[in-house]
Amino acid sequence: MSNATTRPAFVQHHFADAEQQRESAKLGMWLFLLTEILLFGGLFVAYGIFRAWNPEMFFNAHKALDVNLGTINTIVLITSSLTMALSIHAMQLNNRRQTIMFLLMTLIFAGVFLVIKYFEYSHKIELGQLPGKFYTFTGIAGSNPHIFFSIYFAMTGLHGLHVIFGMFAISWVLRKTLKNEFSAEYYTPIEMVGLYWHLVDMIWIFLFPLLYLIG
Amino acid sequence: MKAHTEHITPVKVYLAVGISLLILTIITVAVSFIDLGPYNITVALIIASLKALLVAFFFMHIFWDNKLYLIIFAGSLLFLTIFLTLTMFDTETRGSIYEEKARPINSEAPIYQRN
Repeated sequence: MSNATTRPAFVQHHFADAEQQRESAKLGMWLFLLTEILLFGGLFVAYGIFRAWNPEMFFNAHKALDVNLGTINTIVLITSSLTMALSIHAMQLNNRRQTIMFLLMTLIFAGVFLVIKYFEYSHKIELGQLPGKFYTFTGIAGSNPHIFFSIYFAMTGLHGLHVIFGMFAISWVLRKTLKNEFSAEYYTPIEMVGLYWHLVDMIWIFLFPLLYLIG
Repeated sequence: MKAHTEHITPVKVYLAVGISLLILTIITVAVSFIDLGPYNITVALIIASLKALLVAFFFMHIFWDNKLYLIIFAGSLLFLTIFLTLTMFDTETRGSIYEEKARPINSEAPIYQRN
């Protein structure tokens, strides 16, 4: 071990150097994101099939969604993605204070997203616009409007779970930042959480027009 | 030890991408209120793809990183496209099979004739 004396403490013993460790972590993260894309992919394919079979019903049923709330949530999530990217940028410049601030902002935006989603969900539950056999609403023309709400709740629900998990992940790196575990040389966990958070944002970018902006 | 080679993106780039994403969001909402017939979904998906590419290339650093990550990302999209296209070929053409099945059997056909 010729470089044993110069090895930084954050490099695990099975990696040659910090560079290799970083690249390996990123490769693993991207493979995980690939499985996430395919997981949501199944739901997107289900959406495609049912929309192609029931174009009229999808158009009528999507009017039950609030475009204003959907637009606000899109803006909130995009802004949270921006603050996440800026938190990593701050750590690259060794600006710990800014990283903490941007991570907190990301957490707050994620919380706002979930609160708005909660109001949307509770309104639909009240009206009985629910999936499958729980559907009791009568105001939507066309056959089987419950299919739209099955897809709506499955897609936004899985996405919402990802937002909740993302908040735990952001809190985890925030705690590590507060404990001074990161520096401009080592911030890989923040970067990985960032990649995950951007993917959650990216999925919402597709969910929003497909569910809220039909025709 | 190798020098730190990580690309540091200027804040200006992040802000420009963020603002572009917000503008594209407003455009996609505005366009959805104009009736373009079947092209509404096309326009919405083109704008969404553009936004997703902006997020992937700049927020997720694909633009500066090892191209291996781009290959993984593109690979997932490729297989998702195959999944979607082949499934839709099936579900969108079942109607004609059902029509074929519904046709009455011709008992006069040679295959039903006993010797």
